[in-house]
Amino acid sequence: MADTSETLLKTPLHALHVELGAKMVPFAGYDMPVQYPAGVLKEHLHTREKAGLFDVSHMGQAFLSGADPAKALERLTPADVIGLKEGMQRYGLLLNDQGTIKDDFMFSKLAGEADMYLVVNAGTKEGDYAYIADKLEGAATVATRFDRALLALQGPMAGAVLERLSPGIDKLTFMKVVRATVAGCPAIVSRSGYTGEDGFEISIEGKDGERVARALLAESEVLPIGLGARDSLRLEAGLCLYGHDIDETVTPVEASLVWSIGKRRKMDRDFPAAEKIMDQVFNGVARKRVGILPIGKAPAREHTQVADKTGRVIGEITSGGFGPSLNAPVAMGYVETAFAADGTEIDLIVRGKPMPARIAPMPFVPHRYRRAI
Amino acid sequence: MSETRFTDQHEWVRVDGAEATVGITKFAAEQLGDVVFVELPEAGRKVGAGGEAAVVESVKAASEVYAPVSGEVTAANAALTDDPAKVNADPEGDGWFFKLKGVEEAEFGKLMTKAQYDEFVKGL
Repeated sequence: MADTSETLLKTPLHALHVELGAKMVPFAGYDMPVQYPAGVLKEHLHTREKAGLFDVSHMGQAFLSGADPAKALERLTPADVIGLKEGMQRYGLLLNDQGTIKDDFMFSKLAGEADMYLVVNAGTKEGDYAYIADKLEGAATVATRFDRALLALQGPMAGAVLERLSPGIDKLTFMKVVRATVAGCPAIVSRSGYTGEDGFEISIEGKDGERVARALLAESEVLPIGLGARDSLRLEAGLCLYGHDIDETVTPVEASLVWSIGKRRKMDRDFPAAEKIMDQVFNGVARKRVGILPIGKAPAREHTQVADKTGRVIGEITSGGFGPSLNAPVAMGYVETAFAADGTEIDLIVRGKPMPARIAPMPFVPHRYRRAI
Repeated sequence: MSETRFTDQHEWVRVDGAEATVGITKFAAEQLGDVVFVELPEAGRKVGAGGEAAVVESVKAASEVYAPVSGEVTAANAALTDDPAKVNADPEGDGWFFKLKGVEEAEFGKLMTKAQYDEFVKGL
């Protein structure tokens, strides 16, 4: 097999991952740590118990500027961007003209700043920003900052840890965002993440990435966490992985992400394919994204077929594996709407054999966001 | 007198009298990472050399375990069902997968010795 590591991109933390003994794998064009010597199970459980540090510098950071960047961005997403208050972050879906999901992303309004700060997925960042720049030409300008580092500090002790490196930061509540100084480095810090736990995302200059990461890792509660545990943590938390659970074949309604459509946007119907999507909101869809809990111990992986009790295929798993915090297999996928109610008994076709499972509410592990002090 | 041989799919098979025990190698267990599920063959099932005999799953991925030699399954390691982590803790001991009878010496003799397997792994 040819060595492809030469052509892979490296985050500002690459040398640190290698030094920490990470197993590196190609992901979204980057050479990324899938696990460290502790292993996926311990990394996962440590994050839920204490605090884990993730390098997510491969994700696509950018600033959107213009006369009214929030208004411009609303042309491409059904989220309420204009209504977002200063100092807040929000989740949104980037839709194409057909109203299917081009990406999911986070957008922020920093206090006293006109530009919007965006973070999109790693594998889609080039395409997303070219699309946004093209669609918003004349109204807004995209300045990508793929040179910046992005760290996630996640877990119940994340607040106490970050407070030591950035006094006052623990006052921030869920989905708030500020400019702050972390370990002496200028940073954009939001209280958010992708694990279902309390935690922060910390954007810093690329040159400061290693310094801030080392300062966090020097705290006794913090372990480095790889992409393997990042995936099992987000799956237990019921959060979508772009390219697997959502993509350009599904609408926000099919993806069970209607909550991300702003109330004003639903009334004004001024987002891509709004009539089609609102028709789906009111009249339903043929299939929906649901949580699925296998009844046995065998994990059901992505692309596993879902069948009804007569053996008819009614859907497919889009993310599935083992949930270390539940000590049981967990999955999500799409099923015909008639089978989407919680508790519905279904079969998963694993290695040719039907394996009993149930539709189940997500998250599988309760979110523990810091909504109030 | 027991002797252990290895496959290029990273299974080991130890023959002790009329009985052969099969598992995955330490190298395979390390590559897989934390094992969270195993599916084992039923006693009485006949397996052919190189045929799928068991499944081992880590948090992230599922892998087949192939029978290193032909034979009839006499027992499976039920302890792995409750505690799959045994595969990581002691892959070439307590973490065995299944036992076979009726193994032919000629087939067994074609597999790699410990020294040959160690050399094979070094080259990967």
